[in-house]
Amino acid sequence: MSNILRTVQLALKSLMLHKLRSGLTMLGIVFGVFSVIAMLAIGEGASQQAQKQVLQLGATNIIVRSVKPPRENASAQNQNSFVLRYGLKRADYDLLSRTIPTVLQAVPIREITKACRYLHREMNCRIVGCTPEYLDMNHLELAQGRFISDKDRREKTNVCVLAAQTAEELFQYQDPIGQSVKIADRRYAVVGVTSAREASAAIGGSMSGQEYNKDIYIPLETMRVRMGDLDIDRRQGSFSAEEVELNQITLTISDVDQVVPTAGVIRESLQGTHKSGNDYSVVVPQELLKQAAQIRTIFNVVLGSIAAISLIVGGIGIMNIMLATVTERTREIGIRRALGAKRQDITTQFLTETIVLAGSGGLIGVLLGLSTPLVFQGMKSVAEQFFFESGGGSEFSEMFSNLNPQVVPASLPLAFGISVGIGVIFGLYPARSAAQLDPIEALRHE
Amino acid sequence: MSLAAQVIDLQKDYMLGAVPVQALRGVSIDFPRGDFVAIMGSSGSGKSTLLNLLGALDRPTRGKYIVGGRDVSSMTDDELSTIRNEKIGFIFQSYNLIPQYTVLENIEVPLHYRTGYPKIGDREQQRIRELAEMVGLGDRLDHRPFQLSGGQQQRVAIARSLVNDPEIILADEPTGNLDSKTEQEIMEMLLRLNREGRTIIMVTHEPAVARLAKRQIYMKDGVIAGEGVFPG
Ligand SMILES: Nc1ncnc2c1ncn2[C@@H]1O[C@H](COP(=O)(O)OP(=O)(O)OP(=O)(O)O)[C@@H](O)[C@H]1O
Ligand SMILES: [Mg+2]
Repeated sequence: MSNILRTVQLALKSLMLHKLRSGLTMLGIVFGVFSVIAMLAIGEGASQQAQKQVLQLGATNIIVRSVKPPRENASAQNQNSFVLRYGLKRADYDLLSRTIPTVLQAVPIREITKACRYLHREMNCRIVGCTPEYLDMNHLELAQGRFISDKDRREKTNVCVLAAQTAEELFQYQDPIGQSVKIADRRYAVVGVTSAREASAAIGGSMSGQEYNKDIYIPLETMRVRMGDLDIDRRQGSFSAEEVELNQITLTISDVDQVVPTAGVIRESLQGTHKSGNDYSVVVPQELLKQAAQIRTIFNVVLGSIAAISLIVGGIGIMNIMLATVTERTREIGIRRALGAKRQDITTQFLTETIVLAGSGGLIGVLLGLSTPLVFQGMKSVAEQFFFESGGGSEFSEMFSNLNPQVVPASLPLAFGISVGIGVIFGLYPARSAAQLDPIEALRHE
Repeated sequence: MSLAAQVIDLQKDYMLGAVPVQALRGVSIDFPRGDFVAIMGSSGSGKSTLLNLLGALDRPTRGKYIVGGRDVSSMTDDELSTIRNEKIGFIFQSYNLIPQYTVLENIEVPLHYRTGYPKIGDREQQRIRELAEMVGLGDRLDHRPFQLSGGQQQRVAIARSLVNDPEIILADEPTGNLDSKTEQEIMEMLLRLNREGRTIIMVTHEPAVARLAKRQIYMKDGVIAGEGVFPG
């Protein structure tokens, strides 16, 4: 037909005759199309998130972290002592860095949160005892001065490097280099300041998000002699003490293909030295990709089913309404036939109406689909409130709360195309049955 | 005078279960160009059946119906549609307008089904307006059927029947639902169309209406019982 636009316009006119009915009929398609777009957006978000994390953490890295064991266990182990001992030992560091040939480099760190002062200004900082490699490994950059050096380590000097925000809060407009910061009653000379860096996201339960901006870096050896392994906390009237030798060891592996096998070796070695097995965790950034694929599969199955069911039910609903419409408008069909409409014209007319109906639903679904990130945000806060209690970090819930859906542009025309396809498939039968009506019978229909 | 249409021994059987009902049992009439025929007869005599065949809405069981020089009885469904669209204008007792369309859109409908689907352009839009004005609805172009009186609806139907400039106008009791004043207006319109050269075939029960036609045909039990110029 050369008058396609007019045909669509007249189809809209007929549909507008029953606005509510047309609207309700479209709902199934709306949800179906929305689900298709949301499904692809969530899958894309999951894999982008994973890829970003892998990039941040390093594809060839394996991160071993100390984890505070669950309380019941801990009290059973340390019944006679106030001090909770757990986590990675310096012996673990020696073991991992010396005995595994595929490990190129192993970087140990120790973290304690302490109050730091300059003049009258005070703030709580994360004190990171580290080695020179720490800077590059975490993609940190220096804004001023220098970082910890090997000489600092050897001589156990009292020097420190401030993170951007720490420097700003403690020194404000003053140049921190050459000044000294007081940490736990000792003074540390400021030798450098790092640039601000985007925080890294938390990963699968075993590694909390790192802010990097409220840090103070000091040589690992200095930390050991000045602060020891004991961390005493007197907050809220209770007394607790923890003894941890190392909080994290980051291992760089010689070859990407060796990462997963080496992770296996590391897990085995650590099982030998940590009998309880629950005071450390091994994070393999590469494995995050696998986790992302898992999440993707879960959402594909759930949303894919919703999409399929919505689209089929929506299609049947449309077919049902169109059959009713054909009966209702039998006389109109008779009139058109008397005025010269061929069977094909009647088929085209009703098929157009069905396609316009389904396509409108598809269009609304696409608009809804564009708001997937917003809708997902809402879902997330509800889910977090009711299912995952705050802080209860199962791997899935953490992945879930870090997930930001990314609408895939190609999914929009795809989903819209599906809605039009549904219109064609489910509109064909009603349209054909309309075309088969006998003109005289149809004209006589009341 | 050349013929607008011609039927020769036209028969139509309907199957009622296994029993055939003979609605038409051999009708032969010539319709010269510019004729105005009123078909009368008792209920069930076959008037509407004849008119439906003349309108190419159906094919005869036996016999011939020749319109535009061609025999309709052997045509395909699509060809019948084309005949209806190009050669015939329908006016029904119950107006048969499309309820969701405005006056203009109703008059436009036959244009959608023209052979080759040519574009409906300004020229056509102009013609639709002229027709609406001709039937006295120039100020009601955007009204929908339920906003019009019966007489006004029938005028829309008349305008619609003319939009493709057909040779023959078929009217099945066109004034059957109207009061006598409106009936007169509609009849004047048909008479004017006839004076302009169109062939009109009209079924009616009312002698006063039939009298306005050029000739009258009386049907009984599926055959023509009498024919003549009124009062004959
Ligand atoms: N579709 C059909 N199936 C069976 N019989 C039919 C059918 N259409 C018409 N008939 C029969 O054919 C005969 C002629 O009917 P038709 O409608 O032509 O009469 P009519 O002269 O127009 O009557 P009226 O004045 O009441 O409109 C009637 O006996 C009718 O019952
Ligand atoms: Mg009749």
